[in-house]
Amino acid sequence: MTLHVERKQLVAPGEILAEGKYVSGENVHREGDRLFSSKVGVVEIDGDRLGVVPLKGCYVPHVNDIVVGRITDIVMSGWMVDIDAPYPALLPASEAFAPRTPRSRMDLSKMFDVGDLVVSKILAFDRTRDPLVTAKGPGLGRVSSGRVVKVSPAKIPRLIGKKGSMISVLKKETGTHIMVGQNGTVLVSGESPNLENVAIQAIRMIEREAHTQGLTDRIQVMLRDKTRGE
Amino acid sequence: MRLEERNIELIDVNDRRIDGRRLDELRPIKMEVGVLDKADGSSYIEQGKNKILAAVYGPREAHPKHVALPHRAVLRCRYHMAPFSTPERKSPAPSRREQELSKVIREALEPAVLSEHYPRTTIDLFIEVLQSDGGSRCAGITAASLAFADAGIPMRGLVAACAVGKIAGKVALDLSDTEDKQGEADLPVAIMPQSNVVTLIQMDGTLTPEEFEAAFDMAVRTCHGIHEQQKTALKQRYLSIKEEVEEKSEPEGEKEE
Repeated sequence: MTLHVERKQLVAPGEILAEGKYVSGENVHREGDRLFSSKVGVVEIDGDRLGVVPLKGCYVPHVNDIVVGRITDIVMSGWMVDIDAPYPALLPASEAFAPRTPRSRMDLSKMFDVGDLVVSKILAFDRTRDPLVTAKGPGLGRVSSGRVVKVSPAKIPRLIGKKGSMISVLKKETGTHIMVGQNGTVLVSGESPNLENVAIQAIRMIEREAHTQGLTDRIQVMLRDKTRGE
Repeated sequence: MRLEERNIELIDVNDRRIDGRRLDELRPIKMEVGVLDKADGSSYIEQGKNKILAAVYGPREAHPKHVALPHRAVLRCRYHMAPFSTPERKSPAPSRREQELSKVIREALEPAVLSEHYPRTTIDLFIEVLQSDGGSRCAGITAASLAFADAGIPMRGLVAACAVGKIAGKVALDLSDTEDKQGEADLPVAIMPQSNVVTLIQMDGTLTPEEFEAAFDMAVRTCHGIHEQQKTALKQRYLSIKEEVEEKSEPEGEKEE
């Protein structure tokens, strides 16, 4: 067993990570007993498990992810939702209305119209069929206020931080309410536009510097500096 | 053909070529990644006088729907030369040559992309030649693989390409347009340096078996060199941000002490 990389090392696709009995994690491609990175990213080593945290990439739906999508079409059985994934999502009418609403009473466009932003949860997805989402549940449903920030989906884990450390710093220091969609759409709403601006600035900084170390501390310093006197 | 281009000496007495290069010398290559905002991934390459943009969109929903495959993503490629990329204006309509190149470039990149990760989608690649001077298919492939990596599309490895030809009876690396037109042979090669798999090999003109061996070896060796440059180009953006951040935080740390 030979390891060719170290923790936090920046790698390109096709770069060899290790040879031998290592376990391949996320974004690692195995050929025989050699492990290669399949994306541009940062190496993560957990025992004998090797992974690459990507720095770019599209959103791939996972069951139970909370996403912010835009209604693109009203169809017979519900709504089509653009969730910034390679696949369009279906939001069935039954996943928005109260249970046992008669079909004739369901006026789809009154509930969500084309262009509306909807916070929803992935119900089912397995790549052979398009994802199914629901808008029923606490915190789900139409977005009526706040600012929309688009972030690269690959940077979302960094924005949340280990056990939510980064996002809690952000919320605490700016006093804003931040809803992070796993698909890269973030909703920010605060008491003043200034605080919202500061939060958005911090989000942009996290996106840009996601691969550097000590980011949470730098964000904290930056936020303290900017929110002074608010 | 212009008059001054006729019957010029491709190699002088010192084995130097018309642009002063040695026989095994590559034109200077400059690569940059992430040059286009709207594309999911993009890159720009300059190889001598060649200037080429590559943009990748996707994986995204397949339109028209019937092109989608149930088990993998479909790769679509358009190689296009701008009307102003050549000495004489080139019609912007896709020529037979451009259609062929689109196809061979797509096939040179397909083995590198892990397209089975995104079934029923398409990944679209656009290669736009802004200025051409021979060897643009190879530079295009090199740039395209960078654009794929920049888009965050999972890959087995990068693809690097370069051409070797024969001019004035001698094997020479990376032919320019004049050398290609006046020379005896041209051999574009693309490989995946990580596994040494050849993904593109074409030849026009004639080479003896010995010359072919020598030319092919030279191409593979050069591709490995280009591959190193590709990796540097991909990482450069992130490394410079890292350096900048660490520079900024260091003086602050000193102040606290």
